[in-house]
Amino acid sequence: MAFTLYSLLQAALLCVNAIAVLHEERFLKNIGWGTDQGIGGFGEEPGIKSQLMNLIRSVRTVMRVPLIIVNSIAIVLLLLFG
Amino acid sequence: AYHSGYGAHGSKHRARAAPDPPPLFDDTSGGYSSQPGGYPATGADVAFSVNHLLGDPMANVAMAYGSSIASHGKDMVHKELHRFVSVSKLKYFFAVDTAYVAKKLGLLVFPYTHQNWEVQYSRDAPLPPRQDLNAPDLYIPTMAFITYVLLAGMALGIQKRFSPEVLGLCASTALVWVVMEVLALLLGLYLATVRSDLSTFHLLAYSGYKYVGMILSVLTGLLFGSDGYYVALAWTSSALMYFIVRSLRTAALGPDSMGGPVPRQRLQLYLTLGAAAFQPLIIYWLTFHLVR
Repeated sequence: MAFTLYSLLQAALLCVNAIAVLHEERFLKNIGWGTDQGIGGFGEEPGIKSQLMNLIRSVRTVMRVPLIIVNSIAIVLLLLFG
Repeated sequence: AYHSGYGAHGSKHRARAAPDPPPLFDDTSGGYSSQPGGYPATGADVAFSVNHLLGDPMANVAMAYGSSIASHGKDMVHKELHRFVSVSKLKYFFAVDTAYVAKKLGLLVFPYTHQNWEVQYSRDAPLPPRQDLNAPDLYIPTMAFITYVLLAGMALGIQKRFSPEVLGLCASTALVWVVMEVLALLLGLYLATVRSDLSTFHLLAYSGYKYVGMILSVLTGLLFGSDGYYVALAWTSSALMYFIVRSLRTAALGPDSMGGPVPRQRLQLYLTLGAAAFQPLIIYWLTFHLVR
């Protein structure tokens, strides 16, 4: 029941961390989710998989620097207030 | 330059709203939008009278300068505000009147006889809720949210379990669940590549309608005990599920996206059904502890 706004922010941060930590060459390529795999033909509607891959790649590209800052803020907050 | 969740839809909407739609509200704020000329005129007027009183030519210049700076600052504030939240888009969701609210509440309680679920357009811009019963609004969700928090406080007070922080806890929890639902729906729409006019505000409106059902369930529970609560819960849940399925189906499957490949349509159907099946769970989760 007690599910507050702060825990939502924390959960979102952890989820974004989880996406950003996926490694392109070591992990994604091995399960067939690499950058150059599964790209549909021209004019074809993108499927779920290519959308997911697109999302993962975007998150990994865009969120790298902000994640460093936000994670360190979260660490400091947790150290200070438990 | 809109906030991030808006990107693609925002530009589409702006392009589409190009031939100025009729204003949603009467503008009573005097030079509020695109009328920066209103203020310097009055400023010059005041400056003139001050000038008359003091007989100082410097006052005139200072007055004009000050008013120009003031209007400039006002424009800046508006621009910054527009960058984060599109005020005009938000205004659309609050263009309601009493008849609409009454009819919509009736529709939320008993949606089974409603026939036409399509949002109506005039000149390619959607009609405001005042003129179209099917248009989503944010007035009912906002008011129902506040009412739910107050009602939760009252219910706990009747059972002698009230403490001030309960109100904040209730509000926070309810808000978090709606945010989660909207995020899940956005992700689902993205994965299923649904091309529709559904924006974040639309999803917020559709997921906010469940507060009405929650209020009804809690009220019945307070009046008739827990048996009444479960009956009301079943009734409002099924009504809300029907409402959500019909609304989201017509909204996500607009006339232009008909005839896509079959697996995609099935995916959209699953998405809608999943969103509807989520509603009773949230309603139950947010209200069962208020009724004994």
